[in-house]
Amino acid sequence: MLKPLFGLKHIFGIADLNREQITSLVNLGDDFIDINTRSVKKEPTLRGRTVINLFFENSTRTRTSFEIAGKRLSADVINISASTSATKKGETLLDTGQTLAAMQPHVLVIRHSVAGTCEFLSEFLDNTALINAGDGSHEHPTQILTDLLTLKHNIGDVAGKTMTIVGDIAHSRVARSHMLAAKIMGYKVRIVAPKTLLPAFVENYDCEIFHDFDEALQGTDILYMLRVQTERLTTNCCFPSIREYHETYGLNMKRLKAAGDHCMVMHPGPMNRGVEIATDVADSMKSLILEQVEHGVAVRMAALTALCGGATEE
Amino acid sequence: MVDVLIQNGRVIDPANKIDEVCDVWIADGKVAGVGKFSGDATQTIDAKDLIVCPGLIDMHVHLREPGEEWKEDIESGSRAAIAGGVTSICTMPNTEPCIDHAGIVLQVIARAKEIGLCNLHPIAAVSRNLKGKELTEMRELSRSGAVAFSDDGKPIWHAGVMRKALEYSSSFDYLIIQHAEEKQLTEGGAINEGWVSTQLGVLGMPVEGEDSMIARDIMLTRRVQARYHVAHISTKGAVEQVRLAQQEGLKVTTEAAPHHFALTEDEVLNFNADAKMSPPLRTEEDRLAVIEGLRDGTIEVIATDHAPHHEDDKRCGLSCAAFGIVGLETMLPISLDLERAGVLSMSDLIAKMTCNPAQLLNLPEGSLAEGRAADICIFDPKAEWVLNREKLFSKGRNTPWHGRTMTGQVLYTLKDGRVVFEKGEVHD
Ligand SMILES: [Zn+2]
Ligand SMILES: [Zn+2]
Repeated sequence: MLKPLFGLKHIFGIADLNREQITSLVNLGDDFIDINTRSVKKEPTLRGRTVINLFFENSTRTRTSFEIAGKRLSADVINISASTSATKKGETLLDTGQTLAAMQPHVLVIRHSVAGTCEFLSEFLDNTALINAGDGSHEHPTQILTDLLTLKHNIGDVAGKTMTIVGDIAHSRVARSHMLAAKIMGYKVRIVAPKTLLPAFVENYDCEIFHDFDEALQGTDILYMLRVQTERLTTNCCFPSIREYHETYGLNMKRLKAAGDHCMVMHPGPMNRGVEIATDVADSMKSLILEQVEHGVAVRMAALTALCGGATEE
Repeated sequence: MVDVLIQNGRVIDPANKIDEVCDVWIADGKVAGVGKFSGDATQTIDAKDLIVCPGLIDMHVHLREPGEEWKEDIESGSRAAIAGGVTSICTMPNTEPCIDHAGIVLQVIARAKEIGLCNLHPIAAVSRNLKGKELTEMRELSRSGAVAFSDDGKPIWHAGVMRKALEYSSSFDYLIIQHAEEKQLTEGGAINEGWVSTQLGVLGMPVEGEDSMIARDIMLTRRVQARYHVAHISTKGAVEQVRLAQQEGLKVTTEAAPHHFALTEDEVLNFNADAKMSPPLRTEEDRLAVIEGLRDGTIEVIATDHAPHHEDDKRCGLSCAAFGIVGLETMLPISLDLERAGVLSMSDLIAKMTCNPAQLLNLPEGSLAEGRAADICIFDPKAEWVLNREKLFSKGRNTPWHGRTMTGQVLYTLKDGRVVFEKGEVHD
């Protein structure tokens, strides 16, 4: 058995992490940034370790990020794309999980549309560490760790800073995980959305709620734009039109200027240019979006190392 | 000489206002007397420190026969019932095929009789094939043995169909049982909508889904002067509406399931699919409102909504898992908490599981009057035991109480004077 670092057996969500664990993962990620910019991007840290990326939802970005992270640390990385509909009939999610776990990988990285998939599978899989790479509208911990690393580089300590998250909070695992992380790390969260895109009792996260984007700009340090699921938005009556969405909640240059010169822009990707974010904003000096992608690899290296990079326990 | 003598138990027979330590004796499968017995008996049961009451009636049970016998069949369901002290069950029609014509009513009754452990009274569908469009042949279904009508599992969602169903059924004094859920508000939901659903990122079902349909139905019941029964009531708003309707004199009744007065939505905080059912576990405020409804009599009946599922249908993550939990074997110990907490007297509590549902459905059971079938439950209200889902008589393993200590244990169940369950064993 491997001895995991930072007391981590799995990474399910920010809700299960404490301040020390978050800080340790971010700092370890910081140490890995350097590997990614070298010409020879390979370290032996995870040699002999097997990582399986089990993705039930399409996500080229996150899957690639985990894949590169594993490979740069010399782990054997296997990608499996399983469609949710195929697992509905015949082989169940549990079968798939148990089958892969029987092949004795060290880490299973799982993305699934069902909230709590990792929690559910962990009850049945004994020797495999699980990383949640996004489960339904529940949590997306490695994205938040990534964002914290990017913020560390750009604004230093996040404590006391104000992050304004704009968009479909109701269906966003990124928003939920950030609201949890904010409490632990001491930053403030404002959320901006109409009531159709807010979940019940969202105020219990101790966030400030705005329906008017312009009112939330003043005093914001980080503008965090969520991806709009354009198909979902109008068919569920969550919003009348994409056009009205962009007008009301889209980030354009005028709004960015109103937020002030210190304000940075983040987005978990992939972006809908011209919907939640205008092209000139996305490409502006204030945008940290590509840096987030870069740091995503480093943080995932840290996550994999934490779960399977430790010394072997007898 | 009598066949069975149950000696020195605390006999509680709410139908006949009896609550005293005495004997019950049985001859020819019928209650022959309650009081002080002197004479000989073929079989004597010492019931000292035990409670002797009519066999319990559970008026909301899902067995999966015909069609899905791997989940539960009439035999396993009967065994689960008597293990829980239940000697009469009313079964919901959402089988495959569903109970929407007389042939199936007769078939399931005959099957239960053949097994001989438990009375089975089918509740027939309100609408053909549970489609919510055309009414079933209620006259013939009733003549064949159906005791009420419900599309449970689904609501009767169409207001016009509901009005016609209430009009037609009330012409013959039949009871309509509604699974009140406005699907337009609950579609896709898995648990109660609230802070728990928000934290889990799981789609919720708001209380207004239940409340709004009950509001509509009560209006229709008022116009039609029908008999309307709300299944598995779970919200504060629903209890208040039923209370007001009753005060107005409408024939509106309701039942509560043990999980709705014992548990809250916090049970699913760890994504526990064995605490997922419809309507879902609600908030503490709702739970307390259900308890208050039981206390003041708004809720006359305790019924389990026993819903066995195969493990495959539960082991797939909370939002995909099937709705429902098993309940027959936990109904009594969980309900006894109401007596221990001082909410209800033992007699009032037992009434909600015996004579109250019997009266509502015109069943001959639920009473120890002389000459009635000797269906009897004998339990130790203080005995503690740990629930192990692997040891359930039901085929279902889907219970939120696995591993928890139960207080109150059924020691004997008698059906027609025969001991069919005794200290953990079924006597086939
Ligand atoms: Zn129901
Ligand atoms: Zn039901």
